[in-house]
Amino acid sequence: MVEAVDDDDRVFKALADPTRRFLLDRLYERDGRSLTELESELEMTRFGVMKHLRVLEEAGLVVTARSGREKLHYLNPVPIRLIHDRWIDKYRERQVSALADLKQRLEEDSA
Amino acid sequence: MTTTKQATTQVYRVYIKASPQAVWDAITQADWTDRYGYGGRAQYDLRPGGAYRAMATEAHKRAGEEMGFPTPDVLVDGEVVEADPPRRLVQTWRMCMDPQVMSEGFSRVTYEIEESPGGARLTVTHDLEGMPRLAVLVAGGQEAEGAGGGWAWVLSDLKSVLETGSRMAS
Repeated sequence: MVEAVDDDDRVFKALADPTRRFLLDRLYERDGRSLTELESELEMTRFGVMKHLRVLEEAGLVVTARSGREKLHYLNPVPIRLIHDRWIDKYRERQVSALADLKQRLEEDSA
Repeated sequence: MTTTKQATTQVYRVYIKASPQAVWDAITQADWTDRYGYGGRAQYDLRPGGAYRAMATEAHKRAGEEMGFPTPDVLVDGEVVEADPPRRLVQTWRMCMDPQVMSEGFSRVTYEIEESPGGARLTVTHDLEGMPRLAVLVAGGQEAEGAGGGWAWVLSDLKSVLETGSRMAS
């Protein structure tokens, strides 16, 4: 279980930075981009962009694949999906059941 | 999500606490494939040129009837291009549940399974050149319309089934 927490930690840390969220948004718009393409959208040195991409890759949010001489970057939504499925759904269910309980109580009171 | 992923290739990766062989079995054996994601019983002839079919179950047919359209017996079909158990499976892949998506023809899916500390790393690469409708579907772009969450959802569910024995609530 502790390992799973570490994975989530890396995802949350990676997402807790506006430049990295910007990079993910660019890949969401159009996937499979080279470093050259990505850095052209940022006022930042190549090394800065590479560092951010490395954090995203370590968190599993970006997967790279070679295409000829280029390394292309792909957005991997699975870690976000895992957090969604394991955390957000859980609280949403609780919210829904809380509303259902409230409805039942109100109806009982008015009966 | 309503935006389309415009690239012609989509790449998905998940780490699973299971052996590469267990992940391979979960992809290729019918008793496993019906337990996660869209379900359906996979039939694989695991050699180059061998047939692939994902067969509808009674549950698929009932769901189709409820939504008011017939479910085909074969949900997805294709052909095995390369099978190297338990490491690598390349196949063609055509979605047959929606006539418009089906008319886009055969895409290509590559499964790569590598050992990683404590388990396996599964990478799915889906080549979708000239298939805009299928690309939206497998990216989960029509989840709100009831078309399922695409690969991200399938792989999250696969991880859950292999690690806990039961699927996520759908």
